[in-house]
Amino acid sequence: MLKTFSIGGIHPPENKLSVSAAITELPIPKTVVIPLAQHLGVPSKPIVQKGDQVKVGQLIAQSNGFISANIHASVSGKVVKIEPSADSTGYKRDAIFIETEGDEWMDGIDRSATLVKEIKLDRNAIIDKIAQSGIVGLGGATFPSHVKTMVPKGKKAEYLLINGVECEPYLTADHRLMLEKTNELVVGIQILMKALDVKKAIIGIENNKPDAIAIMKEAVKNIEGIKVQALKVQYPQGGEKQLISAVLGREVPSGGLPIDIGAVVYNVGSVFAIYEAVQKNKPLVERVVTITGKQVKKPSNFKVRIGTSVLELIEQAGGLPENTGKILNGGPMMGKALAQLDVPVVKGSSGILLIPEQEAIRKEVFTCIRCTKCISVCPMGLEPYLLGIEGEKGLYDKMENDRVMDCIECGSCSYVCPAGRPLLDYIRLGKGKVGQIIRKRNTK
Amino acid sequence: MNPVIIYTVASLSGLGITSAVILFFVARKFKVYEDPRIDQVEETLPAANCGGCGYAGCRNFAEACVKSESFDLLFCPVGGNDCMTKIASLLGRDAATKDPQVAVLLCNGTCENRPKTNHFDGAQTCAITTALYGGETGCHYGCHGLGDCVRVCKFDALTMDPVSGLPVVDDAKCTACGACVKECPKGLFELRKRAKADRKIYVACKNEDKGGPAKKNCSVACIGCSKCFKVCPYDAITMGNNLAYIDSDKCRLCRKCVTECPTNSIIEIGFPPRREKAEAASDIQITAKPDNNTQTIN
Ligand code: SF4
Ligand code: SF4
Ligand code: SF4
Ligand code: SF4
Repeated sequence: MLKTFSIGGIHPPENKLSVSAAITELPIPKTVVIPLAQHLGVPSKPIVQKGDQVKVGQLIAQSNGFISANIHASVSGKVVKIEPSADSTGYKRDAIFIETEGDEWMDGIDRSATLVKEIKLDRNAIIDKIAQSGIVGLGGATFPSHVKTMVPKGKKAEYLLINGVECEPYLTADHRLMLEKTNELVVGIQILMKALDVKKAIIGIENNKPDAIAIMKEAVKNIEGIKVQALKVQYPQGGEKQLISAVLGREVPSGGLPIDIGAVVYNVGSVFAIYEAVQKNKPLVERVVTITGKQVKKPSNFKVRIGTSVLELIEQAGGLPENTGKILNGGPMMGKALAQLDVPVVKGSSGILLIPEQEAIRKEVFTCIRCTKCISVCPMGLEPYLLGIEGEKGLYDKMENDRVMDCIECGSCSYVCPAGRPLLDYIRLGKGKVGQIIRKRNTK
Repeated sequence: MNPVIIYTVASLSGLGITSAVILFFVARKFKVYEDPRIDQVEETLPAANCGGCGYAGCRNFAEACVKSESFDLLFCPVGGNDCMTKIASLLGRDAATKDPQVAVLLCNGTCENRPKTNHFDGAQTCAITTALYGGETGCHYGCHGLGDCVRVCKFDALTMDPVSGLPVVDDAKCTACGACVKECPKGLFELRKRAKADRKIYVACKNEDKGGPAKKNCSVACIGCSKCFKVCPYDAITMGNNLAYIDSDKCRLCRKCVTECPTNSIIEIGFPPRREKAEAASDIQITAKPDNNTQTIN
């Protein structure tokens, strides 16, 4: 039997409409808006000024703390302003606006497609390069990648897990990367193995991508230490803890990190970015974004410059279908609805999903009928119905006791609830409030 | 009689009596002395248990009154000055007096003034929508209209106006307990000094955007043009974050700023209708305004 994680999980319709669309480059946008907070942690600090001339790949904002990341210009041209601009949440946050002029890259960046196999840099130089290049978790979590390579004292990384699961319905960016950049990914994995000093790497891929499994297997056939593991299709297998459970059969303790049990997980998108950074000296200025939806004319996988407006992507995919009801930044399970369209693609944008009106409506909400479906699907072993009720009543200390902070916000509970309860809404609220309570307690 | 019954009754009574004796001694031994004045103070308090004083309930507040040295930091907004003077005389101290206050909503983004740009059909609370995103309109500073404040008001002083989509404060019922101020995730309530006949003049806007974008999303947004600031004869208005703020302590309710505001963000409540002359004057000003504003707006 195929492996999967130990508890919970669901299997929503896959709808991988854009799976056969090869990655194509989106035309360079006329302007880009590059937010300073694209990653988990402290927003970066801008080091350019209005009127400055920049080249592609030039550092424009510096990492501003231990958990923070550098940001580079994704087009060449003039910085026109640094001003708050609405991001995908509708809130305004500081961003750098660049008007494109030509396409001039920084010196020393290798843009050719030739595969560079030999890893010249040593361990520290690799980590440094990853940090310099502003790479963050491209699966959507946007955790700065270099921080993960710095294994804390007293702990040892044993396994490097590569997340090629892409369990979110509709999204295909990672799938296409594995098909098209197979050898680059393998080198990327070797770079990370060197950086982390691990001997074993396992690539986890769900069984609904047989072509990716085959091609990756073929590529690592003669390489010692790297293995491909086919996994049973089960959402949310792409979650860090679920992937570890599925591949290694180990459980990350509540409140703990993967490194506590000797594992480090990277998404294939990040691995590719790391390859480009280390071997080609290319910082993170573009990423693959899936744009898809049942009524989208040309579901596509675009290579997009960071800061490109979502509007442009929709345009290139055949325009906005008439009865679009909801536009998600991300997949249908974990993606967040956009409140407006003129927002930039950021490092964490893995896909844009256009949902027709009739599918965008939420179910009517009833009281909980204690059917326990939510409990049986929760991959973290929580009791979502209870958390939902506690959140509604504002019982945040109870929520903390019921391990609300363990929730990975996969949305499986809301998905299965026959009573249409907005469980995840209340859980997210609870996580925010409990986070505040914990912070207050710690500062006391 | 059945001996079983006799034994049962006897043993149970025995048990009861022994327990009573033990309890009596335990209660004596561990008796906690409680100042009787706490009870007296508690009786004076309104028993609303609203937390407006900053304590967990009326009894906690009564305890604090009896125990603390000075009354400077103690105030029951619901009972007000009367209640505090009574408590003070009961305890033989000086009462702190405060001007009576009332809650005011600093947003006038009604459905008409502030068009909706999207629709949210998840859990209907402002706390959740605020955590998720900027709200159903283009202005992400304004009221989300899902009534968290209404649910938290213990005095029935808040109601949701279905037409405007905004909460309305009933001045007669509001006790200035401040629960709504704490609850509103957008920070839209302010406790302001009560004036004669509950008259009010305030800037009903918290939109910190520059004039153009602010105006685009809400027709009554404060654009930070400083016109009111310049006209106020009493220095009651301060400017900051593209917003004007009227200090209720300094404002003398002359209403000069109201006519000056090009976007009608300043609200006047409780005044008699303006005299003919004043109306005519304000008309002229309004017609004169659009010209110099259109550029900034679009
Ligand atoms: S969203 Fe949280 S509570 Fe709900 S199923 Fe996922 S992990 Fe469990
Ligand atoms: S799935 Fe919904 S109805 Fe069933 S127990 Fe969970 S919250 Fe209640
Ligand atoms: S309106 Fe606000 S301040 Fe006034 S009584 Fe209600 S909750 Fe308290
Ligand atoms: S005033 Fe605040 S709490 Fe009340 S409905 Fe508006 S946003 Fe919600």
